Amino acid sequence: MNTASLAAPTKRDYSLIGRDSRLAVESGLAAAEWYHTDIPRKQMKELMKRSDGPAIRDTIIWLGSMTILAGLGIYFWGSWLCMPFFLAYGVLYGSASDSRWHECGHGTAFKTRWMNDAVYEIACFMIMRNPITWRWSHTRHHTDTVIVGRDPEIAVMRPPDLLRLVLNFFGILDAWHAMTDLVRNASGIVSAGEKTFIPEQEQPKVILVARIWAAIYLATIALSIYMGSILPLMIIGLPRLYGAWHHVMTGLLQHGGLADNVIDHRLNSRTVYMNPVSRFIYWNMNYHVEHHMFPMVPYHALPQLHAMTKHDLPAPNPSILSGYREMIPAFIRQLRNEDYFLKRKLPATAKPYREAFHNETLASAAE
Amino acid sequence: MSNWVEACTSDDIDEEDVMRFDHDGRTFAIYRSPEDEFFATDGLCTHEHIHLADGLVMDEIIECPKHNGRFNYKTGQAKGAPVCVNLRTYPVKVESGKVLIQLG
Repeated sequence: MNTASLAAPTKRDYSLIGRDSRLAVESGLAAAEWYHTDIPRKQMKELMKRSDGPAIRDTIIWLGSMTILAGLGIYFWGSWLCMPFFLAYGVLYGSASDSRWHECGHGTAFKTRWMNDAVYEIACFMIMRNPITWRWSHTRHHTDTVIVGRDPEIAVMRPPDLLRLVLNFFGILDAWHAMTDLVRNASGIVSAGEKTFIPEQEQPKVILVARIWAAIYLATIALSIYMGSILPLMIIGLPRLYGAWHHVMTGLLQHGGLADNVIDHRLNSRTVYMNPVSRFIYWNMNYHVEHHMFPMVPYHALPQLHAMTKHDLPAPNPSILSGYREMIPAFIRQLRNEDYFLKRKLPATAKPYREAFHNETLASAAE
Repeated sequence: MSNWVEACTSDDIDEEDVMRFDHDGRTFAIYRSPEDEFFATDGLCTHEHIHLADGLVMDEIIECPKHNGRFNYKTGQAKGAPVCVNLRTYPVKVESGKVLIQLG
């Protein structure tokens, strides 16, 4: 179902210290109470239960495969034969790290805390996200999911910047911003925007991590210069570019083209059925409505959570392709009308959207 | 002056679990540890306005259901980001199967 406001399109201000940020606080959209599907406590406890087994298995496969693929890439370096190994290595480095960063940031991947923390730090380095900054930005993303001026992780702002989206399939702009942030943080500067969601006592850690990472990248660049080869950078750094496509492909589907400024994840998040390889890389974050409703549930329990909640959620997109078939036209419509969005239709068994909370968004919709 | 308030019966909470208790306009979380002891804290996470009773109890830790902030529910100690402020705790006693918490 497609929806758009009949009124003149509203220009959005995505700054975390701007007009829409203030409006979100004043209107009660910030830190609001979100809709949750009812699940009995006993079942919820079972779903939330932590274990190390699945994540240890997946981490051995992930890092073990990377080691083998990097070894083969180095062995065949100088010949075209190295390409498939680096392409696969790149996806595990520049895309699988996105979901590992995410899940370990929630602290749900492993039962054992140090394992979560270790994989979190490794994945943050690969995906070029400062572990302190992004822990706090993601906290805000869960508090104020796709609330304009509050959520620092809105991937597609309106009107969509399609060139930016295309460039990010190769990690170009993300890596550029990550590097400029790294240099700024390493210089001892925490931006005004970052200060809105990172507590003061955490800010020195942002700077410390940036300095450690800067030293690693400088050492890698120095080794490349010494060897007269980009091979060291093919192992560290560049895979964030040539392997980014998968995490961008899956990540855009999370909220792309859906409603903003609502407090029901069924309206602003998308669940998509995916193939097993993508689900391994993505660690089941294709169950995205479910993840946002219940972030305590580990990735390996999300299929079970999905089965228990689907009566109350919009029908999932049956494939990645189906998701893009609805999302791309929505992006194009949003170029002309920022208020346009895809309204998710609920099954007859679902509790209706709380019109009182979403009156302005939904009642004015032209369906 | 001590003010003991009946919160629930000991059978109302499973071992290694938590339940919500509202009283006099305030909300609390009552815990039953794996060792079958009872504890009480303020009911809302100190990070944001989220009921801890919807969270997960693991040994002596309560994890907030929204952002996974962790507290030691026996001491109230915040165990790291995104929670930075400790939880207030309350004395608890069990008498004749009733769980009582001391308020004020």
